Amino acid sequence: MTEQADDELWSAIADPSRRRVLDLLVGNGEASASWLAGRVPFSRQAVSKHLVVLERVGLITRRKQGREVLYQVEADRLDQASRAMAELAAQWDRRLGAIKRLAESAHAEAKRRPEL
Amino acid sequence: MPSLLIDRDVLIEAPVEVVWRTLTEPAQMAQWFADRVDLVVEPGARGYMGFGDQGGPVVVEVVDPPTRFSFRWNDNVNGQPAVGNSMLVEFTLTAEGPERTRLRVVESGHESLDWPAAEKQRYADDHRGGWGTILDRLATLAAKRQRE
Repeated sequence: MTEQADDELWSAIADPSRRRVLDLLVGNGEASASWLAGRVPFSRQAVSKHLVVLERVGLITRRKQGREVLYQVEADRLDQASRAMAELAAQWDRRLGAIKRLAESAHAEAKRRPEL
Repeated sequence: MPSLLIDRDVLIEAPVEVVWRTLTEPAQMAQWFADRVDLVVEPGARGYMGFGDQGGPVVVEVVDPPTRFSFRWNDNVNGQPAVGNSMLVEFTLTAEGPERTRLRVVESGHESLDWPAAEKQRYADDHRGGWGTILDRLATLAAKRQRE
């Protein structure tokens, strides 16, 4: 995946409204925009905008059934997104670990040389 | 926080003041965080953090020694990090003894501007784990697919 695509995927899932839409799609399997709009605290227009963004980054796909358009989650792409989240958590763990080492050695040093 | 992404913490065997200095002095930040830290730790201060050949603008939000420090950043931003286009990183330090500190970091995503406040709160209450619900449901969905 290119860096640009990474940024777009990240930006797509960083928005809680879009995560709510994803959440509903994962829970329901497949849904139309109006079904989604009945279950979120924002407008039908906002739902449509979020669906466009999610589709652009490949997190969802659409198919036509009669006059309806149904959306569903692309599990592989969502999995990729969740791995990115796990990596972010691991990155913070490494940073916290580094702070711990720095602070503990600074403290040990200060105790050894109390006059400073 | 309607958009919680990350919530991690670590227990450090050092007084809270020592952890605070490690966390907020730019020279120290360069050791645990970015390769290049160009930042004054004052509320509202604008700076820069570099990671190798990447990096981006940072805006300091809260500086409340020795317990709270937060900043906004965005490595893919047009203009300065602000509500709606950036990630908020919040550190909280809690003394758990004279020489022991718990350091917690919470990173939250882009605030959604199109939700009424009450709904935001309800979502926050429902989604303490933030990302957790989606992952749980994804696992259920994957299991269901495997059975089909």
